[in-house]
Amino acid sequence: MPDIPIYSIKGGVHPEFHKKESTALPIATSSLPERLVVPMRQHVGVAGLLMVKEGDYVYKGQPLTEQPKGLGSRVHAPTSGTVGAIDRFPVPHVSGYTCPSIIIEADGKDDWGEQHLTPIEDYQTTDNELLLQRINEAGIVGLGGAVFPSAVKISSSSRSEYHCNTLIINGAECEPYITCDDMLMREKADEIVAGMQIIIKMLKPEKCLIGIEDNKPEAIESMKKAVAAIQETARNGNFHNETNDTTVIKVIAVPTIYPSGDAKQLTKLLTGVEIPKQKRSYDMGSLCHNIATIHSVFTAVIKGEPLISRIVTVTGAGIQQPQNFHTLIGTSFKHLIDQAGGYTDKVERLIMGGPMMGYSMKTDEVPVVKATNCILALPKEDLPYSPDMAMPCIRCGKCMDVCPVDLLPQQLYWHAKAKEFDKIKGYNLDDCIECGCCSYVCPSKIPLVSYYRFAKSEIREENKKKKQIEVARQRFEFREFRKAREKEERDAKRAQHKAALQKKKAAAKKAGAGTDKGADDKQDAIKAALARAKKKKAEQKTAPRNTENLTPAQQAQVDEIDARQSQNATQNTDNKNSDPKEAS
Amino acid sequence: MQFETNTFPKTIDNSALSSLMRDVLFALVPGIAVMVWYFGWGIVTNLVLATVFALSLEAIMLVIRGRPVVAFLTDYSAVITAWLLALSIPAFAPWWLLLVGIFFAIVIAKHLYGGLGYNPFNPAMVGFAVLLVSFPVEMVNWFSPISNSMASVGLAESLQLVFAGGSADLNQSQNPVLWDAMTMATPLDTIKTGLTMDKSILDITQGEAQKTFGRIAGAGWEWVSLAYLVGGFWLMYRKVISWHIPITLLVVLTSISSIFWLYDPQTYNSPLFHLFAGGTMLGAFFIATDPISASTTPLGKIVFAACIAFFIYLIRVWGSGYPDGVAFSVLVMNMAVPLIDYYTRPQVFGANNE
Repeated sequence: MPDIPIYSIKGGVHPEFHKKESTALPIATSSLPERLVVPMRQHVGVAGLLMVKEGDYVYKGQPLTEQPKGLGSRVHAPTSGTVGAIDRFPVPHVSGYTCPSIIIEADGKDDWGEQHLTPIEDYQTTDNELLLQRINEAGIVGLGGAVFPSAVKISSSSRSEYHCNTLIINGAECEPYITCDDMLMREKADEIVAGMQIIIKMLKPEKCLIGIEDNKPEAIESMKKAVAAIQETARNGNFHNETNDTTVIKVIAVPTIYPSGDAKQLTKLLTGVEIPKQKRSYDMGSLCHNIATIHSVFTAVIKGEPLISRIVTVTGAGIQQPQNFHTLIGTSFKHLIDQAGGYTDKVERLIMGGPMMGYSMKTDEVPVVKATNCILALPKEDLPYSPDMAMPCIRCGKCMDVCPVDLLPQQLYWHAKAKEFDKIKGYNLDDCIECGCCSYVCPSKIPLVSYYRFAKSEIREENKKKKQIEVARQRFEFREFRKAREKEERDAKRAQHKAALQKKKAAAKKAGAGTDKGADDKQDAIKAALARAKKKKAEQKTAPRNTENLTPAQQAQVDEIDARQSQNATQNTDNKNSDPKEAS
Repeated sequence: MQFETNTFPKTIDNSALSSLMRDVLFALVPGIAVMVWYFGWGIVTNLVLATVFALSLEAIMLVIRGRPVVAFLTDYSAVITAWLLALSIPAFAPWWLLLVGIFFAIVIAKHLYGGLGYNPFNPAMVGFAVLLVSFPVEMVNWFSPISNSMASVGLAESLQLVFAGGSADLNQSQNPVLWDAMTMATPLDTIKTGLTMDKSILDITQGEAQKTFGRIAGAGWEWVSLAYLVGGFWLMYRKVISWHIPITLLVVLTSISSIFWLYDPQTYNSPLFHLFAGGTMLGAFFIATDPISASTTPLGKIVFAACIAFFIYLIRVWGSGYPDGVAFSVLVMNMAVPLIDYYTRPQVFGANNE
């Protein structure tokens, strides 16, 4: 077996890793909550259309949404029960964002019913298309945090124009505190390797490299053992498929340095290839999957279970008993934290993810989603940062030294602070992976990443506006063009009409008299109409309108009044005229 | 349970701005010690006075500008400026010379440009340049490092010199002969004056002058430079500064001076002389490396330092009137920093594979 060299990455930091707290105990299985909240969109891409309605009974593993046509994924019922409200509920998000979600009121039976997908035990002889379909319908997305639909990644990589020569399994887990992948590798290495075999079968890479940071010796040992076991099987000739024999599988201990677990950084470490921003890993002949994702591929294919659970690390000095939990998607943070002994008195902040890239949460009443790898509760003493520590940037360049993507964070900061967004583009802000190394080392304690996120969102808004203006401009121009065209057409028509009329006139003149007669007819009609109008007006003036069918008594009264009026007529004409006006 | 949210970093390194700055001060200590040895109490009075003036003016400016006074006074940046200026001007400088220099450094060059982090020019060098242009006589009165000044001028006399122009027998205007005997042109100055009189380097440095020129670059001065070099390497070891600026500056200065020296050693001084004379070491490790006013990209730092070395040589050899050129070279290159930084941006991750 050829020796595989380890390359180096630029920059990076060595924060306190705090892994021991949550690895003391084995992975526990979380108890079944009474109520689960399943957000319809937990991944990159769009949500699928709803397949259930309020009051429906669902079995465990039953799909709740359809597989969307474009990029996206679906979600499944994590347990059996009744569909409760389907509405917007808070999801783990820094600004308390809500997302259309499906509530499952658990019935406690955890019943699969008929909803099991058929296990595909003999995947070696199964068609790749079928395997891909399985990964798709099981709702598998990247569990390392990116939540990109895995089937899309694999199918792009298996297309003929890209040959995937290196499959990278990401077990680096470089974020401090998080240990879910570490514990999974320690306890389920066989299943991970089996999942890996499935992907190997589909892509036939030359190499399959499992990268694990060297601060996880137990995981490395466990994975090495599992890999050795399948290699033993292969040597004994028990393999169905020869292609797997030709794939070099190796567990590689990579140096412990944050952010080695970023897919592109790990690819650099293991293959020496730098994948630029505009390209995907398959463009460069490699593909990177997270340990937990690979494990869920195993579960979906071999066991026929969709992605309805994951391992979640509950840790930090704000938690009584840190531990990893095998958790159903949709379980509330609070439910998990209670099982970890609850909070300590000193708890100050709740974070989803690690301290470097995680987001702080407003509440623990949010569900575990596919991206939830860690719930971190920290007391004040573990949160050393306060905004009043910030000093001016002295351009010392420490941020530049640790930036893993070779940016100039000090210059980005300078322009972001001055809101010079056009200048920022020249400094490749788009390439920033928001790993937080710069904020971590900054001696002036400037929250650099916050500035970059701000600048990114401002630029996005600006681009949106520009696009809108461009669309409006195009519309306006088209409208102007259309108006001009219509006017032209109208003019042409008019000219044609005029020409036709003149032609007609000329023809009539030629025919002699007859035109005068037409004019006389018109004059007569006008005269007649005028006469009719005059007559009508006169009638209105003279004839009283409400004096037709009167009783004799009324008639008498009217007569009397008429008599009196005619008597007064000469004295008070104004009075008589104004009366009906006032009445009306 | 409800929590407060924010987007601040959750974990940070415990390095602090003030500790970076403190390291710079520590690194200056060997150089200061050697200077005190050769130039006496005057160096100490310079440092103390400059520090007091700098902190006072910094405090006043912070109050006027409504900035937190304690946080910015304890970042030590004003102290660094004060020390660099104090070490650049002659020992026993009158107090007002320091006050004028510090005023221009702290008030004009630093705070009027927006305070720490916003000054395009190195404050200490602005102060120095103003003094050099305005008070040339006071700025060349370096005491002779040959006899131990510490022994010849006591502390009390030093204070008298600084604050009252000295006692009757030490006062420059009353006793010019003694003053002349005690002070001495720096080696760079001597060389320059000698060369303008069409003497060869050998002629200038021979005879009585040999004592002045020491082994390499001037008695006393070469040891001061060596001490700064030691402090500078310690700063690199501590990663307070990167190698780019100091090493490039020294290498380029050596290269240029070698070329001319090899061409005509009687007109052009040796590279060793240029390295250890005047402000080369202080400039390379402590002045050109000021991160605020220097270039910030790796390649930019190299360009920045190379140009400074070029200008230092240019001013030293052909510049009229000024024997050394570190301050002016740094200030000139400070102006070019935005341009250098923009055109020396590093290639982003993966750029080779685009």
